[in-house]
Amino acid sequence: MAKEIELIRIKNAQSIPFQDIPVLQYSDFKSNMLALAEDKNTHCVNYFGFRQNSDFQLIACMADDKTGDIAVLSHKIPVQQHPVLESLAQYYFPLHIFEREIHENCGIDFAGHPFQKPVRYPHERVDQNQEINNYPFYTIESEELHEVGVGPIHAGVIEPGHFRFICNGETVLHLEIQLGWQHRGIEKLFLQKDKLLQRNLLAENIAGDTAIGHSLAFAQLMESLGETTVSDQLHLERCIALELERIAINVGDISALCVDVAYNLGASVFSVLRTGIINFTQQWCGNRLGKGMIRTGGTNYRLTPELKTRVLEVLEDFEKRFVEMSHYTYKLPSVENRFDNIGIVTTRQAQLIGSVGMAARMTNLMRDIRKTHPFAGFAILPYEAIVLPKGDVFARFLLRRKELKKSIAWIREALKIMDFENLKPEPPKREVNLKPSAFSVSLTEGWRGEICHCAVTDENGKLAVYKIKDPSVHNWKSLELSLRNLEISDFPINNKSYNLSYCGHDL
Amino acid sequence: MISEVKIIAHNGKQFIPDVTKAVVPAPFRGKPEITAAPVDEAALVDLCPTGAIGRNPVSIDLGKCAFCGECALAFPEKIRFTNHHKISTNDRNSLIVRENDFSKIRVHPEKIREEIRDIFKRSLKLRQVSAGGDNSAEWELNASGNPNFDMGRFGIEFVASPRHADGIVITGPISENMAEALQVCYDAVPAPKIIILCGTDAISGGLFVDSPAVDRSFLKKYPIDLYIPGNPPHPLTIINGILDLVRNKNFKY
Repeated sequence: MAKEIELIRIKNAQSIPFQDIPVLQYSDFKSNMLALAEDKNTHCVNYFGFRQNSDFQLIACMADDKTGDIAVLSHKIPVQQHPVLESLAQYYFPLHIFEREIHENCGIDFAGHPFQKPVRYPHERVDQNQEINNYPFYTIESEELHEVGVGPIHAGVIEPGHFRFICNGETVLHLEIQLGWQHRGIEKLFLQKDKLLQRNLLAENIAGDTAIGHSLAFAQLMESLGETTVSDQLHLERCIALELERIAINVGDISALCVDVAYNLGASVFSVLRTGIINFTQQWCGNRLGKGMIRTGGTNYRLTPELKTRVLEVLEDFEKRFVEMSHYTYKLPSVENRFDNIGIVTTRQAQLIGSVGMAARMTNLMRDIRKTHPFAGFAILPYEAIVLPKGDVFARFLLRRKELKKSIAWIREALKIMDFENLKPEPPKREVNLKPSAFSVSLTEGWRGEICHCAVTDENGKLAVYKIKDPSVHNWKSLELSLRNLEISDFPINNKSYNLSYCGHDL
Repeated sequence: MISEVKIIAHNGKQFIPDVTKAVVPAPFRGKPEITAAPVDEAALVDLCPTGAIGRNPVSIDLGKCAFCGECALAFPEKIRFTNHHKISTNDRNSLIVRENDFSKIRVHPEKIREEIRDIFKRSLKLRQVSAGGDNSAEWELNASGNPNFDMGRFGIEFVASPRHADGIVITGPISENMAEALQVCYDAVPAPKIIILCGTDAISGGLFVDSPAVDRSFLKKYPIDLYIPGNPPHPLTIINGILDLVRNKNFKY
């Protein structure tokens, strides 16, 4: 049983004094973490380590999806030759990736970890003998089996990553994905670049395809640490931008899936529909992917009444053509047949690996920050999340269609409750004074799933730690599981059906 | 079948008939213009997140510019971003826009290697390498081939293998971890071959230029044939840049 220790619980984008985070003995840290994890509504949104003077401090954030609370707990271990801790991933598996990361960055050994392998080969890794070309892949010795290695450079115009398949004939027994090729040291740059605008731009570049999701998480974090508030109008505007990003990606992914099953009409029409949405984003903020849209404490690009009228027109035209095309595509036997029952991930598996976002919702697992930890506009106008039961490629294909419609409906509702008559300019802050010795965690639901940014400030109010977690960190494992016992030729449709981020993972 | 014909009819013609004449509507941030208006230049230089703005006279290096437009918002009398999207060039210095200089950024025909237009004017197959790219320039490269922009009609396409390619398109600041793979890929492309840098990160390293996790030594070894600035570059910037590189104005099929 967990020892009765008062844990600190905060809300999404709430800052607290750093010393309020309880520092527990590892045995208490373990028992509390596992007690929290036992509740199926609680999941780990971030767990990271950093050096503080002569100690490594580990901070874990466990989010309760029922109450919207985030429990924060920590442990300190002195910097020494070979620090060793018991691995908690053996009891609560979603921690596996976090422990691997802490091992790589701080050199702490997690005894009993199922596979304590490198995560992204950062420049400052503790073990400089680890080389990216020498990743310890899982292997099976057998004369019957062969391995297929793909990457880091892939056939399409996509980012690099290495996929290693162990196959029996055409059947994939095991897939392991090795990442790290995209590592740019972005978390370190957040500390080095001390201007707010520079950091804001870095946030947009964490994953350029999720510019709005990540920069919104950043802006929320800075606003919570800088005690800055923005108007409800802006909260809703930001979420409209976020939903537009989601719509564009979802329809683009539907198009990409049509490409992979050689359904050219669907591929072309859905791709053209995406253009309409991102061109509106450009009309709004000057950039098709929404770079420049989100700024701390305000905005340079108000959603004006003219833009409101325009977005409604764009969505109406979009919806008409989308409904017509999807009506036809989703019942087309040649499409359905390729997606149905392919790449199944069960609810239990998703829970075990800690899937988030669509990768969780397609297996009946409710993980949606918009609903469970409402932020910005979703705290004003609630969003009803949807789940699908089956967990196959078709579920991911279908969930995109359903969420897309939900997003459109949400935007229309939001526009109705917004006040366009008394629009005032709300210029962004040039700089914010961050609270000294504080900690904050910011969650948003990007189109891939939950994005988590955490920051710690020092006694002078300077950023001391900036920690980013892209949803792909969890979800790559889901792709690995999807491939089990499939034909290797089914890899592309599975990969596209997830569309995970490489640079968001590699940072 | 009838439904499909209907869908085609309802969607109408989506492609841009003449990509060389297409206009990207404002507030798209294309080529900036700098007036001679006196401003606090130190504050202007200090504002720029990527250090793209220089002084004496005031200039913006589009190879470093993140196109955030903050300088134009803070100093509207000094800097204005026009919607002019044709900003690709084969001369690195041409990317520096100076005060009171309103000339166009263009591909300089005299600086193009002779074999390029001879060999690639009808068909150019490219291999893309993302080396620390943030997947925005990659998306716009993909978009260049979609039904709206349809770069394929000019014989310009991305291929799956460097062995099939006539050159490489690099996106991203070139992460240390990708440096070797990029070299291997380049070496696998048969000569003559071209190198295109797509996006601010690739051209100058952008915000990542000081990161120790970035290794840009590859770029010192070879001549660069085309710079496509932008964060990310617009598909029309990409297509027009490549077309200007491989064809002269009088090109006819």
